[in-house]
Amino acid sequence: MSNASAPSRKGAKGEGRGLTIFFFLKAIGMALSQIWANKTRSFLTALGIIVGVASVTAVIAALTGLKAKVLSEFESVGAARLYVFPNRPDNVPRAKFPWEKCRLKVSEAQAIMDQCPSIKGISPIVDLPMSVESDTELIDGMTVNGIWPAWHDAVGRKVMRGRPFSQIDIDTARQVALVNEAAVTELKIDTDGNGGLGEHILLGGRRFLVVGVVETTQAKMLGMNSSEAEIFIPFSVAEKLLDGWYFMQFAAIATSPETAEEAKAEVEYVMRRQRGLQPDDPDTFRVAALDQYINQFKSLASGVTAIAGGIVGISLLVGGIGIMNIMLVSVSERTREIGLRKAVGATSAAILLQFLLEAVTLTVLGGIAGLVIGKLMAVSLTYIPGANLEQADVPAWAVILSIVFSAGVGVAFGMFPAYKASRLDPIEALRHE
Amino acid sequence: MSESIIQLRGIAKVYRVGVETIHALRGVDLDIGRNEMVAIMGSSGSGKSTLMNMLGCLDRPTSGEYMLGGRLVSAMKTDELALIRNEEIGFVFQSFELLARQTALENVELPLMYSATAGGFRARRERALSALQRVGLGNRVDHRPNQLSGGQKQRVAIARAILNNPKILMADEPTGNLDSATTAEILALFTRIYREGQTIIIVTHENDVAAHCQRVVRLRDGRILSDLSAEEDFEVSPYVEEARATQRRRAAAEEAAA
Ligand SMILES: Nc1ncnc2c1ncn2[C@@H]1O[C@H](COP(=O)(O)OP(=O)(O)O)[C@@H](O)[C@H]1O
Ligand SMILES: [Mg+2]
Repeated sequence: MSNASAPSRKGAKGEGRGLTIFFFLKAIGMALSQIWANKTRSFLTALGIIVGVASVTAVIAALTGLKAKVLSEFESVGAARLYVFPNRPDNVPRAKFPWEKCRLKVSEAQAIMDQCPSIKGISPIVDLPMSVESDTELIDGMTVNGIWPAWHDAVGRKVMRGRPFSQIDIDTARQVALVNEAAVTELKIDTDGNGGLGEHILLGGRRFLVVGVVETTQAKMLGMNSSEAEIFIPFSVAEKLLDGWYFMQFAAIATSPETAEEAKAEVEYVMRRQRGLQPDDPDTFRVAALDQYINQFKSLASGVTAIAGGIVGISLLVGGIGIMNIMLVSVSERTREIGLRKAVGATSAAILLQFLLEAVTLTVLGGIAGLVIGKLMAVSLTYIPGANLEQADVPAWAVILSIVFSAGVGVAFGMFPAYKASRLDPIEALRHE
Repeated sequence: MSESIIQLRGIAKVYRVGVETIHALRGVDLDIGRNEMVAIMGSSGSGKSTLMNMLGCLDRPTSGEYMLGGRLVSAMKTDELALIRNEEIGFVFQSFELLARQTALENVELPLMYSATAGGFRARRERALSALQRVGLGNRVDHRPNQLSGGQKQRVAIARAILNNPKILMADEPTGNLDSATTAEILALFTRIYREGQTIIIVTHENDVAAHCQRVVRLRDGRILSDLSAEEDFEVSPYVEEARATQRRRAAAEEAAA
């Protein structure tokens, strides 16, 4: 009728050509109905992805739990602590750095205390194997540690009963001792219900007064298991008992966990200067901060995560090949449908996208199923007694990554079948069968 | 006469199969006007399907020009042809080509999936509904193909074809899979849609089907053999004797029955 308006109407219709939200909704809806109609086949196809995602999710959950546990344990020990050890450098002539030049000296502890602004406290710790005697017991070869009062702060072990060492104890080299609970039990010195306080013990034949009981350390992680008996005496006293060979280390604490890194650098600087080391000389000591252990654990954990990632990569690859196979079957089964879709106006790009969406829908559903199973596994991990996995949980990044990877597998392995579908000639396709 | 919406000029289609060249169409000139109902007839291999695919923009000619509604579609790219098919052409096939898992309404809606200009969700639904109502299936909206008779399936397919108010409705042997009663029903539907202003082209080898059209184009060996009104065609048809004999037999049978 209206000849003039007809072309302009069609012209307007031609504008804004592209795929709409309706296309995506329809395509996903059709993908879901396709998957639902072939339930068994779809499930078997997605199985590789389900298993892959489930297992990696469980591994990541377990690692996350372990990490949280370990880090909180480190945290309780305190990230502000530092230790200084003697260390003979490798790859240098033994003669240049003999042991005498490497081992720590009290003067160095004093220098660190005086010159490192980020160090709040430091104590030398010297081990003396000695025979220990109480009224009833005699124990040979027990470790007796010589310490400064700052030791309590530096290693985080308080006095539970009695008193810590005072500066006077050090200065006047009083023969006083601190013990731990295990030592009280082993030496049977809790005779008057005082928990050992006020008792006398003989160390290497000298009489010491027990003035305090220190708490047992929690730092089991670092191998400082103190279920054994421990005895501490003022460093100045221990110093007098030292003969030629002895082993000494320093325990120090930084002003805060944030300054631990800085404190470490200061200690290294002061130690090098004390020892008169030239710029190209190696360190003859080693400063260990707790964050080193934390970092070590973290890199171990990420190593395990990477291995788990590799495993999941392989199962996704296997799953992806299954997806490709099933999509090729689907394309060939639906050749006439593709011909029809093209006849009613689907472009090659629309067909490509539609089949890609179908593959992605399948893999993402598989990924979600895998996540659900993995989450259930993570929950059951938390109930395993003694596995230290109470905090096992699937982190958000693992959820997102699993979905993204599943979708990626759909795109990568659905691409070839979808491309094949998009290239079909509508006339040929409608003649198929 | 109304202006031509289809103009074919020297359309040729050559297929190469190995060393052999097959001339499926050898220079076809054809004009079809707005609101015509045309039958394309011819023996097997005469080039009907090739011509149909050309007219339906599924295929491009080896040479020649095709103007559809004033636009030179023979020079268009694949994606432009897809857009033309989506908006200007409706197809009806012999074997219906409905999607088995979709309802009648969803099947009718299918072309809109590839349209960017069909409006919102409501508009799309309503358009598909009104197309179903036009073919008399307003009460079968939620039925799936396996719950429909052959005639009903073809009605759904016709609803899908007229959904976009196409410039031409193309049907390739639309009654080939139907019994004679259903054939009559579908032809009546085509006639009604034609009366509503639709241009229709039907490829058929059945004279009964051609008899419902206003114009009959006969092909032979890739060329137009004749292009006549249905009445004229009936007189010169090589099948006319056969058709008259059939009519006589039918009349005799009816007499005997009475
Ligand atoms: N894709 C093709 N490849 C090669 N030859 C073809 C192709 N399509 C049709 N032909 C040939 O073209 C001629 C016309 O075919 P067609 O248009 O299908 O005729 P009709 O539909 O009238 O039977 C036939 O000889 C057929 O073999
Ligand atoms: Mg044919």
